[in-house]
Amino acid sequence: MSVRLYQEPAHRLHGMLVKKEIKAVELTEDVLKRLEETEDSLKAYLTVTADNALQAARETDEKIARGEDIPFLAGIPGGIKDNICTQGIKTTCASQILANFVPPYDATVMTKLKNQSPVLLGKLNMDEFAMGGSTENSSFQITHNPWDLDAVPGGSSGGSAAAIAGGSAVWALGSDTGGSIRQPASFCGVVGLKPTYGRVSRYGLVAYASSLDQIGPVTRDVTDAAHILNVIAGHDAMDSTSAAADVPDFTAALTENVKGLKVGVPQEYFGEGLAPEVEAAVRAAIETYRQMGATIKEISLPHTKYAIAAYYLIAPAEAATNLQRYDGVSYGARVDGADLVDMMTKTRTEKFGAEVKRRIIIGNYALSAGYYDAYYLKAMKVRTLVQRDYTEAFQTVDVIMTPTAPTTAFKIGALTSDPLQMYLQDVCTVPLNLAGLPGISLPCGFSKEGMPIGLQIIGRALDEATVLRAAYAYEQSQDFHNRLPEIGGNAK
Amino acid sequence: MKVSKEILANVAGLSRLAIAEEETTRYQEDLTKFLAYVETLNEVATENTPPTTYALPMENVFREDDVRPSLDREAALLNAPLKEDGYFKVPKVLED
Repeated sequence: MSVRLYQEPAHRLHGMLVKKEIKAVELTEDVLKRLEETEDSLKAYLTVTADNALQAARETDEKIARGEDIPFLAGIPGGIKDNICTQGIKTTCASQILANFVPPYDATVMTKLKNQSPVLLGKLNMDEFAMGGSTENSSFQITHNPWDLDAVPGGSSGGSAAAIAGGSAVWALGSDTGGSIRQPASFCGVVGLKPTYGRVSRYGLVAYASSLDQIGPVTRDVTDAAHILNVIAGHDAMDSTSAAADVPDFTAALTENVKGLKVGVPQEYFGEGLAPEVEAAVRAAIETYRQMGATIKEISLPHTKYAIAAYYLIAPAEAATNLQRYDGVSYGARVDGADLVDMMTKTRTEKFGAEVKRRIIIGNYALSAGYYDAYYLKAMKVRTLVQRDYTEAFQTVDVIMTPTAPTTAFKIGALTSDPLQMYLQDVCTVPLNLAGLPGISLPCGFSKEGMPIGLQIIGRALDEATVLRAAYAYEQSQDFHNRLPEIGGNAK
Repeated sequence: MKVSKEILANVAGLSRLAIAEEETTRYQEDLTKFLAYVETLNEVATENTPPTTYALPMENVFREDDVRPSLDREAALLNAPLKEDGYFKVPKVLED
């Protein structure tokens, strides 16, 4: 069986389009066919916009036929997490409260993407309001992991990661508040990049925890992640927290040279609860770096063990505030009530899911009079210490390497009865969000049961370039990212 | 510390959420367990530590107070659950 186009990364497909070896319509039809082959078992998409996709592909083919230059993503099919506003296309956040919400405007990342004329296949499933690490909190459907349909794809950007691994999108956007890009990337064996806080505009991203949220790419390889970051990064006047920093060409960082790169390995990330297979794969990857000429240094980030507690106070507090806007008045669902307060209470009670309500309650508790200092303020002070740990470490190392998640993908339903156990899964990812740092997850092995394992590489603020360089060098040394799950009639 | 029914009811009210009688125990248990977990933060000395609200250094961001294009009324009302004569319509707030 010949290699199908959906298996290729965007950078190769772009080259094939430019050289007129393939047509954008042919590529889009192949990915849509793949979507049809896999979607019954994966359930990655909440909305599929096949007609728009084919129309966009035809337009790119016409441009190529006229001899015009095409931008990187032109004609290349991708999907968007359903918490990113897409003008005229439903954006539900996987919540009943936004089940019929059609944004009247585009998120800034969508405006930037559209300048590239990509093929947009549709909107991808997620945990409701991005709250969760398994995509089981979607109020519409459970997404399945392409490597084991009984396992979760991770979350909250589970639809994005499952679609890339399953081949029903070439690239995708996700969002990451406490690991929501990196952990699903790890669970599904793909690449997920959380840029520095402020690197990518949050305008039009449905807010969960505004001081932590960040949009980033989910891709088949590191090269594609760099290209997509090039497209979406940059200061935006519409997001007052966006960083007024120069944006380098991130693809320029894709060299195989890591000689002299100083790699920090924090002991706190290799503690209790880390699956032996995950530890072995991550340590083997770090050994590969040593062989490639990097210097490995054991470091300590002593406040790591407090990061989850701080995160699960700060994020719900911000969420409780952000989600006040769902009041049944100006948009979203409404459930009628006897008076205004009754209408708002009925709307929120009936239309928010269990985990969203749990976090609103936690958040308002932590913010309420008498508890504010003990919980919310305390958490923000600990956040300072978590950040200082990194600042200190980055005085002696260039990047920090850890597992992305303590285990491989767990089975659907395994953790749903115990919210706290589910929160503890985020141990390796939330500290970066608290500190605002960039991090990538890339495949570094498979368990005996054939489940993907992810390596997380953390960089200094605004230094995605070094993170990408390190990730690229490792990726060139192995072929984990080229393996395909056996679903939907994949060639082995 | 166990979260009492009264405190839970108060927070639910602030959150504009109704917690059914049969869910109350579960919410109390979850919240109590969660608060016990976050107690670990008390091990950390923070007397002289300032809080961090944003990870990157941030300053107030100003712009000129110019009139700029915005969503037109029709677009802004497109997702309204109930509207009338170009307004959002809500249940009666004020008594007669």
